[in-house]
Amino acid sequence: MTALAALFVRDVRLAIRVGGGGGIGVLFFLIVVTLMPFAIGPDLALLGRIGPAILWLGALLASLLTLDRLLAMDQEDGSLDLMLTGRSPLELAVAAKALAHWLTTGLPLVIAAPLLGLFLNLDLGSSGAVALTLLAGTPALTFIGLIGAALSVTLRRGGLLLAVLVMPLTVPVLIFGVAASNAALVGPLPFGTPFTILCALTLISIVVGTFAAATALRHGME
Amino acid sequence: MPIIDLANPTRFLRFAERALPWLAGLTLLAFAAGLNLTLGAPDDYQQGATVKIMFIHVPSAWLGMGIWALMTIAALGTLVWRHPLADVAAKAAAPVGAAFTLLCLVTGSLWGRPMWGAYWVWDARLTSVLVLFLMYLGVMALWRTVDDPARAGRAAAILTLVGAINLPIIKFSVDWWNTLHQPASVLRLAGPSIHPSILIPLLAMTLAFVLLFLALHLAAMRNEILRRRVRSLMMMQAQTAPGSGS
Repeated sequence: MTALAALFVRDVRLAIRVGGGGGIGVLFFLIVVTLMPFAIGPDLALLGRIGPAILWLGALLASLLTLDRLLAMDQEDGSLDLMLTGRSPLELAVAAKALAHWLTTGLPLVIAAPLLGLFLNLDLGSSGAVALTLLAGTPALTFIGLIGAALSVTLRRGGLLLAVLVMPLTVPVLIFGVAASNAALVGPLPFGTPFTILCALTLISIVVGTFAAATALRHGME
Repeated sequence: MPIIDLANPTRFLRFAERALPWLAGLTLLAFAAGLNLTLGAPDDYQQGATVKIMFIHVPSAWLGMGIWALMTIAALGTLVWRHPLADVAAKAAAPVGAAFTLLCLVTGSLWGRPMWGAYWVWDARLTSVLVLFLMYLGVMALWRTVDDPARAGRAAAILTLVGAINLPIIKFSVDWWNTLHQPASVLRLAGPSIHPSILIPLLAMTLAFVLLFLALHLAAMRNEILRRRVRSLMMMQAQTAPGSGS
């Protein structure tokens, strides 16, 4: 267990000290949200209505953007080979890495969301609801992305392919994330129904993503 | 000849050479019969002659989904049993599946224009078929990006299995998101709700489409085996060429 904890702490430290991870993701998120009114128009009523959708789309794109950092650097410097031959199960090792990745790239997006909600004419309560759905949903995005990162880790031209492979799989998370946010905003549906399904999607993604990524790494690196 | 013998690529090639002409002939016959039956089918009292689009639309939709199921079985064959032809079958099936899915989308769009007044509506069924099409393209892109066929096969197999878990979830969430398309009317527990005068041509066309898929798939598998042989021959030649250092 200590090996996994060490791996987790190492990844968090690397992400915080080296830079280019979570901070850039939040910056990208901010830019996407800033660009939206230029495309849609400065109509505050309209922005308020589609605000949750914009926030979710921005968070989805931002989390896609940071995915290639998840495994690629460990592959370059050889630490991925150590994990493959190490004593702790590969499934748990990639889960620890994905958790550290979410903590340093996913969680900043969740924290930034209420602030960006102000730009989109969302009041504090609705911004909080969107942030809550992002908190429940972004782990799913990370763990689905983990599969794509593991599949494309040894490829030289993997970056764009990763996004193409991952994005169709994120459709359910996007649907229920936005549905839960809208349910909190305008109803008529109770917030709990789509929100619990979103949580279920996250749990499924953690299980499927971990095992699929470990299998992909075992087959891809041999 | 037991089916297990076909695991040997050489035997499979011999089998494909013998079976393909028959399969192609059967496909032609089935299409002739199916199209003939289709012409005899009555027009819909509301939709007029456009209802005939269904005889292409519905079989290609079924095949689009069925081919992913076939790829899933092939993916298990690659990862679990290491069957030598499983990844060949999966690779050959992907473009054919994508083509049938695209055919389903295009015919549906042409059917939608006179019926719903728009080429595309964001309805649940259309959307999930579109996502299925995107997943086919993703698998094909993965096949093309990895150079080594064996490694590409295992990566694509994992993606196919993840897709097989995800596609029902996508279907469910898109259904939840929006529904305008009519519900399933042939594959129901209570029996088909379509009149036999439409159902029989539909089933005949489905048979023709399945035969067409089998013929295309067999030919594509044969081509893939030959392509891999050419590849390994060229690599051997490159290794023994003067100046290669070995």
